[in-house]
Amino acid sequence: MDSSLSTEKPDVAIAPPHAAHAHEEDHAGNSMFGFIVFLLSESVIFLSFFAGYILVKTTTPNWLPAGVSGLEVSKPAINTVVLVASSFVAYFAERALKKNNLLGFRLLWLLTMAMGIYFLVGQAIEWSELEFGFSDSVFGGMFYLLTGFHGLHVLIGVLLMGIMLAKSFVPNNYVGGHVGVDATSLFWHFVDVIWIVLFTLIYIWQ
Amino acid sequence: MTNVPVEGIAIPDVAHPEPQNNWRKYFSFSTDHKVIGIQYLVTSFIFFLIGGLLSMVIRAELITPQSDLIDRTLYNSMFTMHGTIMIFLWIFPSLVGLANYLVPLMIGARDMAFPRLNAAAFWMVPVFGILLMTSYFLPAGTAQAGWWSYPPVSTQNPTDSIITGEFVWLLAVAISGVSSIMGAVNFVTTIVRMRAPGMTFFRMPAYVWTVFSAQIIQLAALPALTAGAIMLLFDVAAGTAFFNPDKGGNPVLYQHFFWFYSHPAVYVMVLPIFGVFSEIFPVYSRKPLFGYRVVAVSSLLITTVSVLVWVHHMYASNTPGWMRMLFMATTMLVAVPTGIKVFAWVATIWKGKLRLDTPMLFCLGALIMFVFAGITGVMLASVPIDIHVNNTYFVVGHFHYIVYGTITMGMFAAIYHWFPKMTGRMYYEGLGKLHFILAFIGVNLNFFPMHPLGLQGMLRRVSSYEPEYAFWNVVASIGAFLLGMSTIPFILNMVGAWVQGKPAPDNPWRAIGLEWLVSSPPPVENFEELPIVVSGPYGYGKSDPLVENAAALKEGQAV
Repeated sequence: MDSSLSTEKPDVAIAPPHAAHAHEEDHAGNSMFGFIVFLLSESVIFLSFFAGYILVKTTTPNWLPAGVSGLEVSKPAINTVVLVASSFVAYFAERALKKNNLLGFRLLWLLTMAMGIYFLVGQAIEWSELEFGFSDSVFGGMFYLLTGFHGLHVLIGVLLMGIMLAKSFVPNNYVGGHVGVDATSLFWHFVDVIWIVLFTLIYIWQ
Repeated sequence: MTNVPVEGIAIPDVAHPEPQNNWRKYFSFSTDHKVIGIQYLVTSFIFFLIGGLLSMVIRAELITPQSDLIDRTLYNSMFTMHGTIMIFLWIFPSLVGLANYLVPLMIGARDMAFPRLNAAAFWMVPVFGILLMTSYFLPAGTAQAGWWSYPPVSTQNPTDSIITGEFVWLLAVAISGVSSIMGAVNFVTTIVRMRAPGMTFFRMPAYVWTVFSAQIIQLAALPALTAGAIMLLFDVAAGTAFFNPDKGGNPVLYQHFFWFYSHPAVYVMVLPIFGVFSEIFPVYSRKPLFGYRVVAVSSLLITTVSVLVWVHHMYASNTPGWMRMLFMATTMLVAVPTGIKVFAWVATIWKGKLRLDTPMLFCLGALIMFVFAGITGVMLASVPIDIHVNNTYFVVGHFHYIVYGTITMGMFAAIYHWFPKMTGRMYYEGLGKLHFILAFIGVNLNFFPMHPLGLQGMLRRVSSYEPEYAFWNVVASIGAFLLGMSTIPFILNMVGAWVQGKPAPDNPWRAIGLEWLVSSPPPVENFEELPIVVSGPYGYGKSDPLVENAAALKEGQAV
């Protein structure tokens, strides 16, 4: 064991002393890495909710409360299409920024935000039209918990995009790279993927 | 501050705007990982004393079979708060504090990856600690459902209060969770991306491996508890039915969420202490850590297996037979990587040139008690035994051998070992040994009797019991008071030594590691020039240098 360790010595020669500082100063890289680690961890909350949902749905004798026949799918489906499409818009916004097309970035980014807001408004309307409440049954609890927790993430995503949009007007904001925009965009894709799973579990699997 | 001349190490202070011996920095929003580490350690130790006082009230109640000292409701609140404080406000934050102090030094970094996030994560600890304490002033008192807060007990609200102790408890645990996730993101990023040149993964000290493994568990499993806590919070505060069977909910679901995190959490707590063992045994045996690579990888193995064992806490929760069998097998599997570690430590000590200083004594004591707890642990993994002793004092005895006998004793070992590095002062060896003797006898007197009590059927969380259990309960209570007393020499030692202890040299233990190459205490940003690591850890008995540029690490070295 020890002899194998000493054989590693030569690889030191590969790392010149100044590499230390380059390595150390990669704050943007650290931030992005840390953010990805955080998102992976955050996804476990959703996974836990999904697991709980599946368990309760498959074991509860009267899953739908009395007087509720199921969820209406068509309007949420339109909402889904808008949200999924917004992920592509965000991607093109990011690409515009990489090409230093600041105006294109701002317009596409604003469009992404608008689509996110459309999704939130659509969900609020859906909530207001439902005939069951949060505390009526475990079905209602699960429905509002999952859609609400996801909606909260959409809201946070929109707010983050607002901050990034405002920051794009700060002179020289992108001199050190645009890790904030990259991270927000990644967050948006994450929220999107979660929604696809959620939509499948709640609306399609009834 | 008494003006003791400190040779050489006073020079770096002048060069930095922040003086080293300024105590005020410990009360500020400092972003120095060493200051934050000590903030964590001191804050958590204060909560350790509070939790300890609660446990002594509990043991005073249990010294007689009748419930005659305190009201039963208050008793419920005592054990709930004792468990919560000891886990969320002592073990977790103290381990994070130690890791905060040591990890950047050990991997050759100037600080953590996100210093401000680090400080924010620390300051949440006093916030939720005080929040939890304020629940004593609520009309209905604190949470009383035990540290695991199972519904339906935890969703009861007999006094119809708007804000219940349980609500505050859940809020505090949620803030603790946010703080832990912030810390975990920081540690994982730091360890993956901030290692010094030449510091490959297999040159990291085993302690860093254990912190890495433990923090991965936090990231992968803690969100499950967060999910469960959010649902329970709605059940308590908004009347939802997630865990209420009357409206179709399922109380066992909460147990799944809780244990999916809280069993791996045990490894979050114990893994860094395994790391402490792996650091301390080689130093005081003057031998390299036996099987370093296997010990390092076994930490990650524990991480992997740890997320597959949680149902062993639920054998008695109407769990189907196949599930019991499955989780019995996975639980027993944990004994393999753990056994590898124990074997490696014993092989490290074997025929070593032992030096029985306080840190080594604490480590040896903790190792013995860990092996005992490991044996009762495998017993508990077995379904027939667990069904017999489920919810009895046998379980309480088992996990106290872990949380005190192993983790807290190991934490004391770490504090003594790195005290000279952290403060630049030597502690008093005599007081340290006295602390060890009192603690070792105290732990065994306190927690061993719980095993026969549990086997005889004494349930946990009761304030009165059948008179035939009296003998072992009296023994346990005497042990608890002795254990309480054992912290007095520790406090005297730490405070006395910090104020007027003998100045510590850079490397009082002749240990090998990056942290011992810089001054005691290390300056802000640790290294004048980043170390270039050229060999693996634990080069005891060999003459290979650890770094290429040892002389350039310290500022003012040329003077």
